Amino acid sequence: MGRKNRPTTEIPNGSMADIAFLLLIFFLVTTTIASDRGIAMLLPPKPDPNQPPPEVTKNDRNIFKILANSQDKLLVEDEPLTDVYELQELVKIFILNFGNPTEEGVTIYNSLPPSLKSFISTNGRRTDSSDDPTEAVVSFKADRGTSYELFVQVLDQINGAYNEVYGARVGISATEFLQLDKDDPIQKNKYTAARQGIPRAISIAEPNKIAR
Amino acid sequence: MAKFRKKSNTSQDIPTAALPDIIFMLLFFFMVTTVLRETDILVKQLLPRAVQLTKLERKSLVSYIYVGEPKLINLYGKEPKIQVNDVFVEISDIVQFVNQEKDKLNEAERDQITIAMKVDVESKMGIISDIQQELREANARKVLYSSLKAIDL
Repeated sequence: MGRKNRPTTEIPNGSMADIAFLLLIFFLVTTTIASDRGIAMLLPPKPDPNQPPPEVTKNDRNIFKILANSQDKLLVEDEPLTDVYELQELVKIFILNFGNPTEEGVTIYNSLPPSLKSFISTNGRRTDSSDDPTEAVVSFKADRGTSYELFVQVLDQINGAYNEVYGARVGISATEFLQLDKDDPIQKNKYTAARQGIPRAISIAEPNKIAR
Repeated sequence: MAKFRKKSNTSQDIPTAALPDIIFMLLFFFMVTTVLRETDILVKQLLPRAVQLTKLERKSLVSYIYVGEPKLINLYGKEPKIQVNDVFVEISDIVQFVNQEKDKLNEAERDQITIAMKVDVESKMGIISDIQQELREANARKVLYSSLKAIDL
């Protein structure tokens, strides 16, 4: 108690900010913010060698054919298409055609919101397009020489069409539909309600073996 | 002139006592979000852009395959190559790679393995479809085509 001039016991903290800055800059430089997002796809199961390849029993009108050649030119339903961004609308019209719906199709039609019903009455009901969403299949066949960029763009457009339809069924946009969190029961219900009855039927055909 | 001599007594210093705390907060943020790179990527990686992106749900189930033109053209040539982990592999090695990755997972989760394909935009579909055939062969059917968020649209 009586003694004076005791040496100070405090750690000098004037340079603390500088040290923290150094560390901060190190982490800033090494950070790559994880960007693991992309287009999810489910590949078909591998063919059973003991069984012959299944016959295609679907009606031609129920298959929406997209072909891409090695020059990155698109052939959609036997007609050339220059702008890949038009695909989304075309696919949406195709899925929601209801040309000749089955019983199941009629149930789905009745469950649709008015916005989609009016979309169908202006664009759909064609006899040469899909019968109903349960039957519709979008088929995409790329050549070995097609660029990967085009492949992703086409997949993006097809998925966009489906997501738009799913979202519209529960009254949200395609982006909001994609952000639904499947761990949250309320959002999970919304997700299943949106998906119910309309399969995401995208078929990626094997490319031809010979590239030019 | 006398008008201008008026001087206020307020201090003009910004208080810097809280500066270390603020910096520490930033530091912790970056420390938490940082993922140190485990693999050296030997191929060019300019990912395509898309709109309809889904997030990976469980990172532990994901394995990566990188495809693209090698960065060291003199050593490996210009043709797109496949990289897994730290090495280039041939198409016929993919089944083995997938099985190795599956062995790392729990038995119950083995079917749910997701393959994230990080493919350079300049690649052609030939190599991609060969990989897809091998993945079907290895029964790893969940595939994610990694892409970036498109800015326009």
